[in-house]
Amino acid sequence: MKKNAEDLALRLKADFPNIISDPIEFRGEYTCELLDPARLYEVAKYLRDKLDFDFLKDSTCIDEPDQEKRFTLVYELYSYQHRVQMRLKTRIFAKKPQISSLSDLWESANWQEREIYDLMGIQFENHPDLRRILMWDGYQYHPLRKDFPLEGKATQCGNIFTEVAPLEGGPFVTLPGNTDTGKREPRSRSTDSKF
Amino acid sequence: MPEFKYLEFDENAAKAEKNAAKIKDVSNTNSPVLESLGETMFLSMGPSHPSMHGVLRFMTELDGETIVKITPDIGYLHRGDEKIAENVTWHQFIPYTDRLDYLAPVANNVAYVMAVEKLLGITDQIPERTQFIRVICCELARISSHLVGIGCFGMDLGALTVFLHAYNEREKIFNLFESLSGARFTTSYPRIGGLSRDLPEGWLGEVDKFCDTFLKAVDDLELFLTRNRIWLDRTEGIGVITKKQAISWGLTGINLRASGGNFDLRRDNPYLVYNRLNFDVPVGTVGDCYERYLLRILEMRESVNILRQCTKLVPNGPINIEDSKIILPPKKRAMTRMEDLIHHFMLATEGITAPPGEVYFGAENPKGELGFYIYSKGGGTPYRLKIRPPSFVSISVMPLLLKGAMISDVPAVIGSLDIVMGECDR
Repeated sequence: MKKNAEDLALRLKADFPNIISDPIEFRGEYTCELLDPARLYEVAKYLRDKLDFDFLKDSTCIDEPDQEKRFTLVYELYSYQHRVQMRLKTRIFAKKPQISSLSDLWESANWQEREIYDLMGIQFENHPDLRRILMWDGYQYHPLRKDFPLEGKATQCGNIFTEVAPLEGGPFVTLPGNTDTGKREPRSRSTDSKF
Repeated sequence: MPEFKYLEFDENAAKAEKNAAKIKDVSNTNSPVLESLGETMFLSMGPSHPSMHGVLRFMTELDGETIVKITPDIGYLHRGDEKIAENVTWHQFIPYTDRLDYLAPVANNVAYVMAVEKLLGITDQIPERTQFIRVICCELARISSHLVGIGCFGMDLGALTVFLHAYNEREKIFNLFESLSGARFTTSYPRIGGLSRDLPEGWLGEVDKFCDTFLKAVDDLELFLTRNRIWLDRTEGIGVITKKQAISWGLTGINLRASGGNFDLRRDNPYLVYNRLNFDVPVGTVGDCYERYLLRILEMRESVNILRQCTKLVPNGPINIEDSKIILPPKKRAMTRMEDLIHHFMLATEGITAPPGEVYFGAENPKGELGFYIYSKGGGTPYRLKIRPPSFVSISVMPLLLKGAMISDVPAVIGSLDIVMGECDR
């Protein structure tokens, strides 16, 4: 029997009354917040096995440096049986950005968590292969954090991206004009100016 | 000078001899299984290799020609799109979405624009004409993406002619896009709340004309491949993934449907005007490379079917919503009315002001589900924008599909999964 998102969200709330907040509806989507991140694995397993959320569409992380619980993990779950989508969120402290991995519940979590680790610097416990995925091994920063500047930071890694990218008003602006591309390219300009 | 280890060499030679004897032994039976030499070779494929569809690198561990372990290495095309999105206005991000799945730019534009419209709560205000035009664009993009997908798939396995024929047809679609948006490739055609411009005169007739000749071209493509003995040998039973695995790994689109997952966002979570159109969703059973190829062919035919319905149904009327706080008012009004001039100025300098909230919108793109998760704290830029790229998922299943396969199956599996690195790396 098919159920709608509201029913499933309320059932989740009923079964975990103390650690799940009231479901919030916005533009037809239901969001549940998990108040105790230590029990994420248990709740996720329940969602998969009892509420038939067999597809983890996406997981991501939001960085809010002004909050005490700085990082919010967001999981987009989909149930093929009920044809509904639900969002599970949980907030963790900046001091110890660590949470349990869901990669043995959904295989798709494996790479998604690697990406979060790479770009946001969240540690996933029991992850089978927690390595950087988009940035290279040995890169020191986590570029999607809000305190990482848009133009990048200088690194000591060979001859790639060792310098900060010049911005001049917008991301990566090439100068107009009819000089050749080599001269118009932002990287080729001298560093005497502001950048 | 390093010392040669003759002993090791001899050992291997002895093993090889033993294996050779085995081959002789089993030559009359049906089980030519070789004993593993116990020695593996490391081979790096890519990042720049013609069959890698962009800049993808595989680290393979081989035993003879058999793959023991294969690890994809991605990120060579990472441009930080999500970081850029946090620093540009809602409208300024549209051109960046062109560069995600760069084989179907309009489809990405539409998906992004619809995600923002969902956040603004104006999804149901979008004029019908715009919705139909967006469907036409998406389906044309789907055809053009599948043409490249099949063409490159063929080329990777040695069927170069297919590629040339596919590109011929793709050029015709680009001509249509050019007359529609001014750009052949990176169109940036839709706008939040409408479209950048209306259809040129006679454009729908051109689409109809294209549909008429295109089906014949698909027949020709099929003549090259569908019953080709070599093609069948290279693709049938290769890279099989079951439905259960496909769901757990998060495959979407054709890669899921080839494994029997009967799901299509256009039909099951309809957006735009897909619920008013009649179309079939082809579904496979086996989930091998051949079936994924076959579904692409079938889906192109279905897209033609959708296009033909749409060209008849496109109504007359406005293309943009009325609210000039979201979309630029017409030039004439901006030049003659005070209020519109103010809106025009505010939109051009500050952009749209979005309400706080979070939405996820997923669209059925040629490669699978392209989703945008937007977390807004209000104001002119997203606080966090996450792209869910289907190719990222497709590449993550490669180790599963290729374990124990031959090295020559690698291009077949890559081609059949139809990946694009621009979208995977973002």
